[in-house]
Amino acid sequence: MGKRDTGAVETRPPRPHRASASRGPDPSDRSLTTGGLIAKTLMLGLVTAFAIWAAFPLIDAGSWGWLAGEIVVVVVVFVVYLRRPLPMKYLLPGTLLLLAFQVAPVLYTMSTAFTNFGDGHRGDKREAIVSIQTSSVTQVEGSTEYTLSVATRGDALVFLLADPDGAAYLADRDGVRALPAATVDGGRVTAAPGYTLLNLGQVNARSQEIGDLRVPTDGGVIIASGATRAFEAKANRGYDAGCDCIIEIDTGRRWTADNHIGSFVDAAGERLPQGWRVNVGLDNFQAVLTDPDISRPFLRTLVWNLGFALASTFGTFAIGLLCALALHSDRVRGRKLYRALLVLPYAMPSFAMLLVWRDMFNADFGLINRLLSMHVDWFGQPWTARAAAIAVQLWLGYPYMFLVATGALQAIPREMTEASAVDGASPWQSFRRVTLPLLLVALSPLLISSFAYNFNNFNAVYLTTEGGPFPADNPSVGATDLLITYTYRLAFGGAGAQYGFAAAVSIYIFTIVAVISAVSFRRTRKQEEVYS
Amino acid sequence: MKRWFTRVGWRHLVGVSAVAFSLFPILFVISAALNPLGTLSSTELVPTGATITNAVNLFDRTAFGHWYVNSIMIAGTASVTAVFLSLLAAYAFSRMRFAGRRVGLLALLLIQMFPQFLAIVTIFLIFSEISDYWPSIGLNTSWGLIMLYLGGALGVNTWLMKGFLDTVPKELDESARIDGASHVQVFFQIVLPLVTPILAVVGLLSFIMTINEFLMANVFLTHPESKTLAVGLFGLVAGERNNNFGLFCAGSLLTAIPTVVVFQFLQRFIVSGLTSGAVKG
Repeated sequence: MGKRDTGAVETRPPRPHRASASRGPDPSDRSLTTGGLIAKTLMLGLVTAFAIWAAFPLIDAGSWGWLAGEIVVVVVVFVVYLRRPLPMKYLLPGTLLLLAFQVAPVLYTMSTAFTNFGDGHRGDKREAIVSIQTSSVTQVEGSTEYTLSVATRGDALVFLLADPDGAAYLADRDGVRALPAATVDGGRVTAAPGYTLLNLGQVNARSQEIGDLRVPTDGGVIIASGATRAFEAKANRGYDAGCDCIIEIDTGRRWTADNHIGSFVDAAGERLPQGWRVNVGLDNFQAVLTDPDISRPFLRTLVWNLGFALASTFGTFAIGLLCALALHSDRVRGRKLYRALLVLPYAMPSFAMLLVWRDMFNADFGLINRLLSMHVDWFGQPWTARAAAIAVQLWLGYPYMFLVATGALQAIPREMTEASAVDGASPWQSFRRVTLPLLLVALSPLLISSFAYNFNNFNAVYLTTEGGPFPADNPSVGATDLLITYTYRLAFGGAGAQYGFAAAVSIYIFTIVAVISAVSFRRTRKQEEVYS
Repeated sequence: MKRWFTRVGWRHLVGVSAVAFSLFPILFVISAALNPLGTLSSTELVPTGATITNAVNLFDRTAFGHWYVNSIMIAGTASVTAVFLSLLAAYAFSRMRFAGRRVGLLALLLIQMFPQFLAIVTIFLIFSEISDYWPSIGLNTSWGLIMLYLGGALGVNTWLMKGFLDTVPKELDESARIDGASHVQVFFQIVLPLVTPILAVVGLLSFIMTINEFLMANVFLTHPESKTLAVGLFGLVAGERNNNFGLFCAGSLLTAIPTVVVFQFLQRFIVSGLTSGAVKG
């Protein structure tokens, strides 16, 4: 290293040369060693090989969209690595992955915020109609009941039916035909040339497929009922394009399509459960602000969420700093041992420790209650649950703060504190006036990112309290719910997925965190100017 | 005596209390792992027995061996690759000036603030499609999950590394370039050796993050043998919370071993790496 330094001193960098060097392939790049050339060729060769391997299934399946995407990526890689610009060579690999697996899914998710995407509104209108018809299928009155034997022809699933008179039929996607060659024994088909009958285990394994098979007939469809019976059935509800509505055949009831909300609605305002996905504009965003059933719990959750993030961040910082200060002295013997033991929580698998803490707070046989000889139902009351959630987070997070505070303390020149001592400051004063401000300047970026992390600390709540306890009148928002766990329940919870609405809430969360972080970053910038 | 306390004694007092606070849940886990009954309700803070039945059962009754190998493989590959990718990016951000540099840096920070797992439905759909075309990198494979994790390779890591790289004098690269080194040689031979502390830090941080990642992995891996430790162990206590507690704790301890070892080994790097990066952040 030293040799290179002297080199720099002897020949001052000629500016123009450097500029050309960083702009593109300069002579030194070209002459760059056969090794470099080989490495580059190898790498691009690997990319090509991988691209060819990946292209075959796409061509087979005829997915031209994916193939076009792949070609674009390969072209970009070649352009960047064979030509310029230089920075892109370093940025491209990570950026491609970032675009594919974070930016694209996140943007798509954000776009669903403007739709009613969710359970009952997944597909398009045609799919909704099919689903309505299928679910209204009932047995045609007085129709024949068949015994069913499931068989395969090649890979295709077929039904072999026998009617009460002992006549055998073949039923598949194309319809029903007589099958005289089949052997009927005990009222059911037991063998048929060219068909392989499935045994009970095989039938179980393919039960989904069997249930989905619809054999068209003149008056409706033949469907399987369980594994051994089949009958002719008919859809009771049908779609009429003339009135753009669903009509129930026995009763004549009508549900008219409402293309704004993506549902079929009857005169009384009742909706069919199967709807389709439509654009709802800003409705989801508005609902968060104006619908009192949503906005009130949302605000309450936001306040607790801020409290949790602040308490976690500053709590861990305070404890970590205290420990770092205590061990920041040559007089303390065994500092290494203290440090090694102190940081153990950070090295333990946090998901497991969160679950262990959950069980330590267990009301019936949890360790905390046994140690303190108390009978507190920690997760049963709002404030104890909140305190428990924060306590767990303190335990998990303070070793990290201890580490960074130790590092920052070591970076502060000793002369500064010694100087203040000479000037007659007490240890507390010199900490308050000299050490702490310096530490805060150094560590505020970490504090801010820790705040942003804790604001969305899903695991800390989901793996311990699961958001509970829940008030009796509102099972969707619990006392310890963070916005993120609340959103998770909206999107994936038992009460029916509301992806569109969840996406809208997550855009709010994103905005809140981004604004708070941006403002704090600006403030720390100013601070830095003041202190430096 | 009072003087001793104000100068040294309080430091030990804080240290001892902190160590006690740090260790008691871990002691509880150890005690549960050694507990012959293996239930939560029979576990005391201090071990009441010493048996390895729980650990043995773990290997016999569950696919723990598979989970362990999967986790180490996924977290190891993902974190090493992530370190490399973000070092490349950080080098560009720190050493080169180009259009979109500031915007790029800010964008990296902002993207991370969007709760990514909400995109999980979309990610699942993308990977279902990938599974149709290329089953070897689709759902239920380690490679697919690694790729997904690498989507987050840039981000906070890049910021930490850029901060550290900024503290390495630029004159070093410049003099090397004058001596005729190409930018690739500068990167591998001059810069890389100088930034090992931050490599260790970022590598360890992303290893810990990945091995603890639960949500994505839970959706992604459903076959018992493709699961990671987080998904598998969670499954153990999801249903049979009380009875499987000993198994679960034994599994957690075994999970912690590699991390704790690496951690103690790299600790001195961590202290210097985290803060020097942060100061400049």
